[in-house]
Amino acid sequence: MDYACHTPDHTSRRTLLKAVGLSGISWLTPLAQLLARESEAQGRADPAKSVILLWLDGGPSQLDTFDPHPGTKIGGETRAIDTARKGVQLAEGLEKTAELMQDISLIRSVTSKEGDHERAAYNMKTGYRPNPSVVHPSMGAILCHQLTDSAVEVPRHVSILANNRAGRGGALGTRYDAFRIGDPASRIPDVTPQVNDARMQQRLEDLSVIDRQFARGRRPDLEQNRTLHQATIQRAIQMMHSDQLKAFDVNDAPASERKAYGNTAFGRGCLAALRLIETGVRCVEVTLGGFDTHVNNHEVHMEKKKILDSAFSALIKDLKARDILRSTIVLCGGEFGRTPKMNPAEGRDHWPHGFSVAIAGGTFVGGQVIGATDPEGVKKEPRDKVRVQDIHATVLNALGIDPETEYMTSAGRPILLSDGRLIKGLMPI
Amino acid sequence: MATWYRNILFVATVTCSLALLTASLLKPEAFPEPPPYLGKGVAEAVEKVDTAFAAYWARNQVEASARAPVFLIARRLSLGLTGTIPSLEEIRALEAQTEEEAIDWWCSHLLADPRTSDYLAERFARALVGVENGPFLVYRRRRFVNWLSERLRANTPYDVLVRELITAEGTWTSSPEANFITVSIDQNAKTGPSESKLTGRLTRAFLGVRLDCVECHNDFLHDQWKQKDFHQLAAFFGPASSGMSGVRDEDQPYQYALKRGGDLEEIPAAVPFHPELLPEAGSLRERLAGWVTDPGNRAFARSAVNRIWALMFGRALASPVDEIPLEAPYPPGMEILADDFIQHGYDLHRLIRVIAATRAFQRDSIPGHGEGHVTPEQEQHWAAFGMHRLRPEQVAGSILQAASLETIDASAHIIRRIARAGEQNDFIKRFGDMGEDEFHDQGGSIPQRLMMMNGDLIEKRTRDDLVMNAATRLAVLTKNNETAIESAYLTVLSRRPVPEESAYFTAKLKDTRDKERKNILQDLFWALLNSTEFAWGH
Repeated sequence: MDYACHTPDHTSRRTLLKAVGLSGISWLTPLAQLLARESEAQGRADPAKSVILLWLDGGPSQLDTFDPHPGTKIGGETRAIDTARKGVQLAEGLEKTAELMQDISLIRSVTSKEGDHERAAYNMKTGYRPNPSVVHPSMGAILCHQLTDSAVEVPRHVSILANNRAGRGGALGTRYDAFRIGDPASRIPDVTPQVNDARMQQRLEDLSVIDRQFARGRRPDLEQNRTLHQATIQRAIQMMHSDQLKAFDVNDAPASERKAYGNTAFGRGCLAALRLIETGVRCVEVTLGGFDTHVNNHEVHMEKKKILDSAFSALIKDLKARDILRSTIVLCGGEFGRTPKMNPAEGRDHWPHGFSVAIAGGTFVGGQVIGATDPEGVKKEPRDKVRVQDIHATVLNALGIDPETEYMTSAGRPILLSDGRLIKGLMPI
Repeated sequence: MATWYRNILFVATVTCSLALLTASLLKPEAFPEPPPYLGKGVAEAVEKVDTAFAAYWARNQVEASARAPVFLIARRLSLGLTGTIPSLEEIRALEAQTEEEAIDWWCSHLLADPRTSDYLAERFARALVGVENGPFLVYRRRRFVNWLSERLRANTPYDVLVRELITAEGTWTSSPEANFITVSIDQNAKTGPSESKLTGRLTRAFLGVRLDCVECHNDFLHDQWKQKDFHQLAAFFGPASSGMSGVRDEDQPYQYALKRGGDLEEIPAAVPFHPELLPEAGSLRERLAGWVTDPGNRAFARSAVNRIWALMFGRALASPVDEIPLEAPYPPGMEILADDFIQHGYDLHRLIRVIAATRAFQRDSIPGHGEGHVTPEQEQHWAAFGMHRLRPEQVAGSILQAASLETIDASAHIIRRIARAGEQNDFIKRFGDMGEDEFHDQGGSIPQRLMMMNGDLIEKRTRDDLVMNAATRLAVLTKNNETAIESAYLTVLSRRPVPEESAYFTAKLKDTRDKERKNILQDLFWALLNSTEFAWGH
């Protein structure tokens, strides 16, 4: 049976279970039996295992980040800078990232049909356009659903600083929803018991009396096949007492490390992402908002790039230094790009017809540039167009998951994990 | 001398207020009598539905479970119609009714309550305009929901309401119903209201037909419909446009390229079934509204019946809620309820009363008589009330209500109402909204459970707080342990404890006092709020 975005059988020494003996909560169904899961996904030799999504909320301007066209009618004030990869330029303000361009590839021709924030964000995070009959799972949810883990006690799908668009389990189930936290410098919500262990034990005993009464006359498989109530409580307790929670606490990290990421919530989010991935978390999404620059596009982007540049580059460096960039895919982008044409308020409006996504890690080749937008902003269609779903298919494939795997919606309709095509230019030769 | 007087006066005042407070909590109180219901023939309609279900159960060889306790039926109705559980105050008032009249009285009580129209409006809005914030400036969801709530509270006939939506004109602020049209605007494309989005909504929400599956191409899975059907229906929305003066009709035909890569062609307006019901006079949208709501178009009535049923049971009579076959066989009761709905002027309040009075709705979720346990077959055939997971806003609403002994509603104290709105929103945001995908049952997630076990809302609602929290108030106001336990159960689970539960908690409370006693009662509230029974409709 498929259960939660968690480990099935690992029990920490510090769990309440041991602390209080098995007496009080022996009514809880044995975990192993509940959570037995069979197969690791069949994949190639050593596919990547996890994903970090740096979500630039609001729709960053491709012209002011990964696809500058300086000196043209559409380029605006933004200058371009050279990078470690000859011939590839980035917008000014991304100097630290530029030094790492051997490891990072750019897709400059992403297109979609969604120009509204909510719909476009859904599209980017799930690889499907919104559809009233099904909520598609986000990439992180698919990853947790497809790949099991044996030793992770914290949620495997985490969203840091998310607004209400955090990755969702959708048709795969709410148990694959991202666990949402704010600035990692502050307390993680809901994991600290409000009472001491002894009193928590009392409360669980009280609860068992009430739940036992409720189970009378009900289906014997109620817990296993419907509510998962007791198993969920047990997992929650395990998490509350897990040493792995420390991964969230970036205050633990050496000062020099923290400094590299920048003294910002997003920077701390990226550092937490690194620590969580090391712990075995499958997908971490870190949000940097404020890219919806209908007004003062240039200034706002310069501000935002300061935050992004430090955090993004420090993350790639550290992943590489710890030898986990090979097993971690990093994506950086937002729901759409911004218009080539500047509006009267010195802003740029929504533009889903050719925008950029940066991609690094896993088995992907670094330093590549896929597609190109028209420097004059005349042609709407970019060269070598990449659709949003193609990114999904490519990433899933790199994770050893066949994008054409089907799952069933509640209405019994089969849906492919992704209906995109692989992006050849990113594949190892 | 003067000091003496003041002291006596103070003690007397405190004693009196405490006594009054205690009395109000523990004795049935006069509750505003709801207006009597004047509809005729409800009993006959209920009997027909019951007969249909009796035959259905016999045919499928399932035994119906016993009638659920009155409090439990009332709880189901409160959750389905107001999104929260009955208060202790309401339960006491319900207790004063006779067994036969209790549920009817409860329906009258709820249907007169603004909580009901507010909640139903929000649930309906999900099908009508979705949950997205929608286009900037030209779409005001809050206004739309408020308008809908007013209409539902006034019990506007459903066909009238739907005609208002389809033919809406004017601005999103002065004509809130126009938001039904403006929500479909794609501001990026600058093409005005989207005919295809509107057609998708219209067919799903009002006809229980998923015509949008064939929007882009003919689909071998849905060979009943052709792509042309969809676009001919969409053509009715062709003239709808949006400008500074809001939504209005303009002389513009609907165009679409039916052939892949082909040229745009003008598509004539036509309906996919029952063409004889399409009125000849009026604007395109008026004619469409007339066709949708024609008494001969039974798909319209069925879809309303199915949706109300789903709200009350947590599961649609025909699933999914927006896909009902156009031809028999239908689930038991559906045609009878649709007939009754049409014959009585599309009266939603009546429909709710009829469903609430049926045997199917009033079945227990356990066998209820003797040994054994309920079977999946019984649940599947409505012979036992099916368990379903409560929605996030129902959980939030119930936690807040359970923390209070009085009813939290529009007449409640302003501080409570503000607190409730804020806390409820925070909770739902974190607990996760299920979006439009309604009536989809899933086990809870660990983050959700963590919120229930350690979250701020639960902590705030169970900790020591004499003003805001039921646990503290019961501890202070009820000296008798059995009464305190019973009141806690009634407040959170709408039932009394069984002897075993009562004995367990009485033993815990024995000889405790002050802080220790308070803590035990707080733990009891925590456990009740974290129980399966609290999190699931049953």
